[in-house]
Amino acid sequence: MSKDNQVLEEFTSKEYEHGWNVNLEADEAPKGLSEDTVRFISAKKNEPAWLLEWRLKAYRQWEKMTEPMWANVHHPQINYQDIIYYSAPKQKKSISGLDEVDPELIKTFEKLGISITEQKRLTGVAVDAVIDSVSVATTFKETLGELGIIFCSFSEAVKEHPELIKKYLGSVVPMNDNYFAALNSAVFSDGSFCYIPKGVRCPMELSTYFRINAANTGQFERTLIIADEGSYVSYLEGCTAPMRDENQLHAAVVELYAMKDAEIKYSTVQNWYPGDKNGKGGIYNFVTKRGLCFGDHSKISWTQVETGSAITWKYPSCVLKGDYSMGEFYSVAVTNNYQQADTGTKMIHIGKNTKSRIVSKGISAGKSQNSYRGQVHIMKRASNARNFSQCDSLLMGDQCGAHTFPYIDVENQTARIEHEATTSKIGEDQIFYCLQRGIDEEAAVALIVNGYAKEVLNQLPMEFAVEAQKLLALTLEGSVG
Amino acid sequence: MLSIKNLQARIGEKEILKGINLEVNAGEVHAIMGPNGSGKSTLASVLAGREDYEVTCGEVEFNGKNILELDPSDRAAEGIFLAFQYPVEIPGVSTINFMKTAVNKIRQYRGQSPLDAVAFLQLMKEKMKLVEIDQSLLSRSLNEGFSGGEKKRNEIFQMAMLEPKLSILDETDSGLDIDALKIVANGVNSLRSKNNATIVVTHYQRLLDYIVPDFVHVLYKGKIVKSGTKELAKELEAKGYDWIKNEAALV
Ligand SMILES: Nc1ncnc2c1ncn2[C@@H]1O[C@H](COP(=O)(O)OP(=O)(O)OP(=O)(O)O)[C@@H](O)[C@H]1O
Ligand SMILES: [Mg+2]
Repeated sequence: MSKDNQVLEEFTSKEYEHGWNVNLEADEAPKGLSEDTVRFISAKKNEPAWLLEWRLKAYRQWEKMTEPMWANVHHPQINYQDIIYYSAPKQKKSISGLDEVDPELIKTFEKLGISITEQKRLTGVAVDAVIDSVSVATTFKETLGELGIIFCSFSEAVKEHPELIKKYLGSVVPMNDNYFAALNSAVFSDGSFCYIPKGVRCPMELSTYFRINAANTGQFERTLIIADEGSYVSYLEGCTAPMRDENQLHAAVVELYAMKDAEIKYSTVQNWYPGDKNGKGGIYNFVTKRGLCFGDHSKISWTQVETGSAITWKYPSCVLKGDYSMGEFYSVAVTNNYQQADTGTKMIHIGKNTKSRIVSKGISAGKSQNSYRGQVHIMKRASNARNFSQCDSLLMGDQCGAHTFPYIDVENQTARIEHEATTSKIGEDQIFYCLQRGIDEEAAVALIVNGYAKEVLNQLPMEFAVEAQKLLALTLEGSVG
Repeated sequence: MLSIKNLQARIGEKEILKGINLEVNAGEVHAIMGPNGSGKSTLASVLAGREDYEVTCGEVEFNGKNILELDPSDRAAEGIFLAFQYPVEIPGVSTINFMKTAVNKIRQYRGQSPLDAVAFLQLMKEKMKLVEIDQSLLSRSLNEGFSGGEKKRNEIFQMAMLEPKLSILDETDSGLDIDALKIVANGVNSLRSKNNATIVVTHYQRLLDYIVPDFVHVLYKGKIVKSGTKELAKELEAKGYDWIKNEAALV
């Protein structure tokens, strides 16, 4: 088997039966990770034996792996035995009004322009808001159902569409792909599943936002999107509201699978808790995202706006297997205070006439470190492959860092690769020009930064773009002057 | 409207303004001329509130307020506008978007509600006509790739949009062709009223044929060394600065 096909390698599912006894009544798994933890999770979720076996296999591989140290991020050793890997979805604390919610959070919502109803929903206030969303979700599902689109939680998909899960789970991100992917494969809690049938153009942006049961998917999400021949889907990940998550480690896996002539557009606005001004707390966001352009003329496009997390380790990638397939990566990563981001993409050109485009905009402020890490790999068979990369860094202040690590491997001499990189500072001249027009300093920074990130923001669906703009401004608040 | 008394300012150790006195009343146009490096742009920047310059002495009162205590954005909201000698580029931000932000920030300062999209567009169309500027230019990134003349015309468009009480035009005429010069001058003239005032910094009499000043001042080595009427500008055009420099040396 060639290297090309390694990524496509399907898992083998062996039935595995093993007696074990853990108290199934418990809401939480005991601290730490062992085979028993994996069994506990699988049993809690009533999973079929093949899936348990798959998880165990992942767990055994993970045990043999070591945490990667190559990223340009620094954090204290994570104790994997000190984490609770499963806790039953929490009963919502009943809060009767917004006045019981952390005022800081409300202030943030207001700055983001999130409506009161939406604020209530996000903070878990008021029953009617929830019922509201349920009905939205239901009508939504009906419309999709008529088109044969499947959009549900991962757990639901395991029950309702086991053949699809069996076939595609781990087909893009193999369970042993990397340390965090293996960890996720062993203990993933839930996530989203989406299948677009042949020739169907999904008429609306799919978003977990509409899915009630997405609220508690927890630390180890798993998303799988399959676009069948000639189909199209645009998927929005997550909610832009700040998630005050106490969890320290997030290790999600996202797999996209595009068949012939299919197109998947995947947009993320990530705003997990970044820690406080002194770098205390915050989420470690170690995510594996990969798309496979399996069929000819298929296309996968990643757009991400990363403003949150204490540490971001994330490389949404495209494996361009089909001839004439195309991969895109548009990214804005903002870091402030003590945040660290090491993010970028991999474009693996396998098929002929494949194309990729990378536009990365890093913005660093405070004492933060922001790295772009990208790989463009043109394989032997990929004649006439083309790549264009643009990696820009914007610095605010002189205590932050911006780094670029581009890796280019070319095995076919017909490839055409262009790489452009710039580093700039927000100029005092620019700020003064804005001030002179009556625009205060904070608004000036927001304006300049949004202008800088425009090419990426333009890729986002409209409402999302507006929220993303506000988030950028919010993240950089107080970073000048 | 504007009253400058013994204004002194420096950057680092370098003294640039060495005691400027100037009174500008509503309805007046003042021209400031003077050799390169005499401090004209510095004066404009200090009035606009640029922080690089340290005001070491003097007072500046604008409509009864001590503006030296105000932030640059508040000075702008109070009605001071500076058309820059070298307008700055802001990639990814269109003039339209830039102006929308500016207009509404200033309205907010004045306790007015923001203009909605329709009202803004209407205002914009009206002002575009005034300075004969094309909408396609205004949709592009602010000043990025603009020709010298386009940048200057864009400054006057912004001035028209913001309807300031005091406009300071720093060499807005340089880089303009004859036609553009007339258009810009017409724009400035049609915005003139008995309630606002203009300070034009220029090297050339040419502009003053179109924007006729009530007073002309010569700035030399950080001081206003001579003031007069529009005739003074003509005299300078004919004779250059040497005689003024000599006069100044004698004082
Ligand atoms: N940031 C700075 N650092 C050092 N010197 C400065 C700075 N800004 C201005 N100067 C100096 O101050 C003096 C006055 O400059 P200014 O730009 O005000 O002159 P000007 O009268 O506008 O000249 P021009 O007619 O050439 O536009 C010059 O000698 C200039 O070099
Ligand atoms: Mg000057």
